Amino acid sequence: MSSGEGSSQPSSKKSRQPKYSRFTQQELPACKPILTPGLVVTTFILVGVIFIPIGLLSLSASERVVEIVDRYDEDCIPSDQEKTAFIQSDKTNKTCVRSLTVPKKMQHPVYIYYQLDNFYQNHRRYVKSRSDKQLRNPENEDLTSPCEPEARIDNKPIVPCGLVAWSLFNDTYGFSVRGMNLSVNKKDIAWDSDKNYKFGSKVYPKNFQQGSLIGGGKLDEKIPLSEQEDLLVWMRTAALPSFRKLYGRIEQDLEANEKITVVIQNNYNAYAFGGKKKLVLSTTTWIGGKNNFLGLGYITIGGLCLFNATTFIVMYLIKPRPCGDPSYLSWNRNPPGN
Amino acid sequence: MTAAKRKKQSFSRISNISRQESFEHSLIGGPGFSRLVFCNDPGRPEAVPLNYASNYVRTTKYTAVTFLPRALFEQFRRVANMFFLFTAILSFTPLSPTSPLSTVVPFAFVVGITMVKELVEDLRRKKQDIEVNNRLVKVYSSHGSFQYVKWMDLRVGDVVKVEKDEFFPADLVLLSSSYEDPICYVETTNLDGETNLKLKQALQATSYLNEDSAFKDFRGIIRCEDPNANLYSFVGNLDVAGQRYPLTLNQLLLRDSKLKNTDYIYGVVIFTGHDTKVVQNSVTPPSKRSKIEKQTDKLVYLLFAVLVLMSFTGSLVFGIATREDLQHGRMKRWYLRPDETTIYYNPKRAPIAATLQFFTALLLYSYLIPISLYVSVEIVKVLQSFLINKDLHMYYEEGDKPAHARTSNLNEELGQVDTILSDKTGTLTCNSMDFVKCSIAGTSYGYGVTEVERALARKKTSSLAQEKSDEDFHEFYMETNPLVKGFNFKDERITNGRWVNEPYSDVILKFFRLLAICHTAIPDVNEENGTVTYEAESPDEAAFVVAAREVGFEFCERSQASISINELDPLTGKKVKRIFELLKVIEFSSSRKRMSVIIRDEEGNLLLLCKGADSIMFQRLASNGREFEEHTRLHINEYANAGLRTMVLAYRQLEEVEYQRFNEEFTKAKNMIIADQEKIAEAVAETIEKDLILLGATAVEDKLQIGVPECIDKLARAGIKIWVLTGDKMETAINIGFACSLLRQGMKHIIINSETAEFDALEKSLNESAASEALKANIFHQIEKANDLLASSNESLSLIIDGKALTYALDIDVKDFFLELAISCSTVICCRSTPKQKALVTRLVKLKTRKTTLAIGDGANDVGMLQEADIGVGISGFEGMQAVMSSDIAIGQFRYMERLLLVHGHWCYRRISLMICYFFYKNIAFGFTLFFYQAYASFSGQTVYNEWCLSLYNVLFTSLPAIALGVFDQDIPARLCLKFPVLYQQGVQNVLFSWFRIIGWASNAIFSSICIFLICILGLEDQAFRRGGEVVGLEILGATMYTCVVWVVNCQMALSINYFTYIQHLFIWGGIALWYIFLLAFGAMDPSISTTAFMVFIEACAPSPSFWLILPLVLFVALLPYFTYTAIQMHFFPMSHQMIQLMYAQSDDTEFV
Repeated sequence: MSSGEGSSQPSSKKSRQPKYSRFTQQELPACKPILTPGLVVTTFILVGVIFIPIGLLSLSASERVVEIVDRYDEDCIPSDQEKTAFIQSDKTNKTCVRSLTVPKKMQHPVYIYYQLDNFYQNHRRYVKSRSDKQLRNPENEDLTSPCEPEARIDNKPIVPCGLVAWSLFNDTYGFSVRGMNLSVNKKDIAWDSDKNYKFGSKVYPKNFQQGSLIGGGKLDEKIPLSEQEDLLVWMRTAALPSFRKLYGRIEQDLEANEKITVVIQNNYNAYAFGGKKKLVLSTTTWIGGKNNFLGLGYITIGGLCLFNATTFIVMYLIKPRPCGDPSYLSWNRNPPGN
Repeated sequence: MTAAKRKKQSFSRISNISRQESFEHSLIGGPGFSRLVFCNDPGRPEAVPLNYASNYVRTTKYTAVTFLPRALFEQFRRVANMFFLFTAILSFTPLSPTSPLSTVVPFAFVVGITMVKELVEDLRRKKQDIEVNNRLVKVYSSHGSFQYVKWMDLRVGDVVKVEKDEFFPADLVLLSSSYEDPICYVETTNLDGETNLKLKQALQATSYLNEDSAFKDFRGIIRCEDPNANLYSFVGNLDVAGQRYPLTLNQLLLRDSKLKNTDYIYGVVIFTGHDTKVVQNSVTPPSKRSKIEKQTDKLVYLLFAVLVLMSFTGSLVFGIATREDLQHGRMKRWYLRPDETTIYYNPKRAPIAATLQFFTALLLYSYLIPISLYVSVEIVKVLQSFLINKDLHMYYEEGDKPAHARTSNLNEELGQVDTILSDKTGTLTCNSMDFVKCSIAGTSYGYGVTEVERALARKKTSSLAQEKSDEDFHEFYMETNPLVKGFNFKDERITNGRWVNEPYSDVILKFFRLLAICHTAIPDVNEENGTVTYEAESPDEAAFVVAAREVGFEFCERSQASISINELDPLTGKKVKRIFELLKVIEFSSSRKRMSVIIRDEEGNLLLLCKGADSIMFQRLASNGREFEEHTRLHINEYANAGLRTMVLAYRQLEEVEYQRFNEEFTKAKNMIIADQEKIAEAVAETIEKDLILLGATAVEDKLQIGVPECIDKLARAGIKIWVLTGDKMETAINIGFACSLLRQGMKHIIINSETAEFDALEKSLNESAASEALKANIFHQIEKANDLLASSNESLSLIIDGKALTYALDIDVKDFFLELAISCSTVICCRSTPKQKALVTRLVKLKTRKTTLAIGDGANDVGMLQEADIGVGISGFEGMQAVMSSDIAIGQFRYMERLLLVHGHWCYRRISLMICYFFYKNIAFGFTLFFYQAYASFSGQTVYNEWCLSLYNVLFTSLPAIALGVFDQDIPARLCLKFPVLYQQGVQNVLFSWFRIIGWASNAIFSSICIFLICILGLEDQAFRRGGEVVGLEILGATMYTCVVWVVNCQMALSINYFTYIQHLFIWGGIALWYIFLLAFGAMDPSISTTAFMVFIEACAPSPSFWLILPLVLFVALLPYFTYTAIQMHFFPMSHQMIQLMYAQSDDTEFV
């Protein structure tokens, strides 16, 4: 090249000659991946070959999950009454009995969830309306500023304050099979980090749900917050407006075709905002609950990659480009270099 | 010293005939000519109110006081920064979806870094200023002695004493010098790039002031023109001792020129500091911004529009939802307590809530605008400049000059240059002449191979037989550096005294004797070893005298009326000193194109020795003097084709009577004080410079710098147009054009000339304004003719135009025609152009083509041009830093342009454009996930990510790989960039940063964000996400999505770069690793700090298989389209760099490195 080979001989004193290093000369050893046909096809095949088994595994794991979903909000309310008025009234009997059939054998633990739809737990106003400091430490019970309008009552701080706690879900479920009560284990349904760190074991509910407007569930003032696991679960705000939350566990296998009787106290007002309420019983596998999306997604993408691989092979065969042939540099008519 | 003094005094007399310039002097005192200088009395009460500028020259952008406000102002001139300032302010209000700290910190960081960079750059300039302003000069103080004073403290009216090799501290009027004849020599390299010495002469009236003590009673008043930028005119007068004397350019010493060959001078300061002609001539350095940067601004505006649209949509939906929350006293979403709420969520005043929400959304989606883009680009450019500076291939060993990118703003612009405007002297050439060949008595001597011959030969061989044996090749092509500067003549028939054996040895004798006598050079004898060097007015002349010396005619002494030559006696072989009586010097002028001397030799013969351009000389030969004409003409043509500058030598024997008559007339003509005096003298000279006898011709080579033709050839093949703007005369310029393969055989040349007989006639016959009208019409006509030619021919064209013609061609009404013509020529040469014209041409080309222009030059006369062009490249020659100081990039030699543009320019362009595209990609991909999530959060402004994750996205997890891309990526290695110059067109046509490409990247980004969002929410929906039955909360979805974003964005980077060094690996995979580390570390902090990130990874995500399963799915879906597109493009529609990659990837892997 005519630009001259920079002779890198050491020059005399105080030369401003740059020192040679592969770094400054931009000659670092490097790999330069180029999408050659071979690489493209290999990648596609490899992805396909790996993805499809993963997809199948995930799908089977999801298919093994037994899930019972029962929407009860509409059935548990007298059809002749105004729903909101009914649910808000103290006088009405809100007990509702539902019967569920176990489709397949459910091995314990069977998880019980309540599911709410169209409930924006992720609304900014809602999410912000809590005082984490207050929840951790009894000395901070006065730190209620983010909690308005559920901050104070008669100028006494509400513990736990804020809209999240105030709107605590308060439907309850009782289960029985063949006339026998199924015990529901409500321990360890909350995250350990909530129990151990975020909610204080010395913080007790105070002045909770004392206002003129009652939101949701009440709390036992004798139990510290860290042990009120329903509250802890509720206060982990859901990401999406449709969400399930863990209610408890049935530590007992449920046989196929068994009838489960559920006695529901239908207290929670989902009617005002047009939300649905569902009761969900579900087992889990390694992948969690029932959701075929991941499995199907993997299989689809794996398939697509294999399809692409085939297409590319065909395309390369139809129109091969012998690499390294300079005649393809059509613009390169001048003799190279001098 | 006294010897030198004696020697030189006569010379001043022969070369200077002072003339009255009465017309201009009548203007003094009027408007524009009002300057009043009280010599040697600057403190005088009358002088104080004049309030002239101080001699402090500042080139820095900021001062200590103005730095903060101005630098901040500069920062916030950027709309993006203005926006971020706005968001930073908003973030302190409850509108903010995140805490103010997480918004302000990255912003302050970004602005801070940029300002530090500005500061460092300005401090460097400051250092330079301090050095210059604190230089010392001797100034006459009231105590009757000269004392050192700092340059900056100099006042108008001060008398200064400047000593040999010192720079003049201000514009001075020369009063006297160490010579009795008050002359001095100055070197004006810094002003006009010319290295030859210029003679200045003081008035006789002040010449007595040649001692320090003489200034005790010296007083005088100078009236002169006001400060202006014209380097080539000066009008004033000096009142001293009751007499008024006119002052001209002859007495003016300009700042930044240097005193040479004179022990000291005395002068009066008339213009100081910013009033000096040099400083006036320098245009304030415009802050240059690259085209890509401007396009980026547009892109940012576009994103703003998108941002506003998104925010508007969001706030609309939010407004509607909020209004419905409370209707007729019934609460819909009662859990939000719409009955008792703040203004931000008030259903009763939903429009206000929506408006406020709009601002919240602006803040939230502001991640769409890459806050760190500008600062990253700046960091990258600084690093790129660092690499340019460190490039060993651009290190000029001889001058110890590495390349130096002075401003880092324009790196990528180097990859987009469409037109190069180049200076000639010192840029393309070394600015030194070599005597290479001569034709004497019809015989051509000299075997040397010129650059042009080499270039032609190379072309031939390369097309015929590429594989020539290397050794032959080298012998013929390698540069042979002459042992003696200025003499590269090889011919054993002549050298070492062998010329005596040649058939026409008497002619040869006369030939070299003429060379030794007919010139205006001054010998400088080294007392110790007796060697002689010469100070000549032009390098050509120096080459002649040196050639004569080397052949054996050593010009050793010039006295008042004689010239002495040490001649090798052909008979005895010994050196003999011959003295020639010098009777008359008829000087060279551009219209005469010849110079003559009249001498009397030792035998008493009267001889007229004449040398001049062939066009003139052949007409003046005597009928009996044309013996060798045919051969000489042939040789001259050969020489011209070889790119040499030729000169014809002839002589004539004079009769005593004839000489006497001539002498009388000539002296009379010279002493006339009328406007046409010069022309009359010329006419007289013509009467004697005729009937000459031809001796032969010389050929000197204005040596091109090494590698210039190859470099220009390469640049031309890269599709870059090259203009040469030079102060040289047309012939020289054309010669050089050929030598450096700017002009090629088979090119059609269009010459627009104003120095024709026709013009002279016009000028003579008409008054000034009419003449200029007529000239203009003529030029216009020439341009029109050329345009016709252009339309009709399809050959490649070159345009050559001279300075005067250019003046007319650049008039408003002709301008467009001219530029149209010029732009369609592949080469343009403008001769005799002034610095201002150079700048003007540059500006017009820039405006007309709307493409990137690059100006390259080495002298102060190029400063305007360098500043006007999109990129100014300064050649840091051996002398003069002016050009370098006002350039954007300084290199040691022209040939480094090749590497600078084709390699660094191409790389930088590629890197920056890819990097900016990538920046937009990563921010759009991220910003849109935020937006999509809002659709599921009733546009309330709740972020799905932890707020610190949000603000660190740009700074921590994604910027480093982008910076690594910007600094290190290479599509193809340097070797191949140089091998395939056509690749450069990618930059010129801006294919890598076209709107099509940008939109492609944006679509890819939106697709990626859709993938990330949809797969995450569908995969994690509402079911348990792990065996323990737990469901996904806000924080887990956020962490998962964020992980996906980091992976996708970094892997996209890995897919789009071409070059993986350990740095890329470190940054890309490190960026991902850093995210996990951050998640762990931040999650381990107290929940009051980490809030939603508290233990989210360690407790919830890491143990869940679905968290890990989602990632590859998202990753592959998001990257699949890009991968497929690239694979298809690579195979079926490869871009030029991809073709080269493919070619070399398979042929030879090791070679590719």
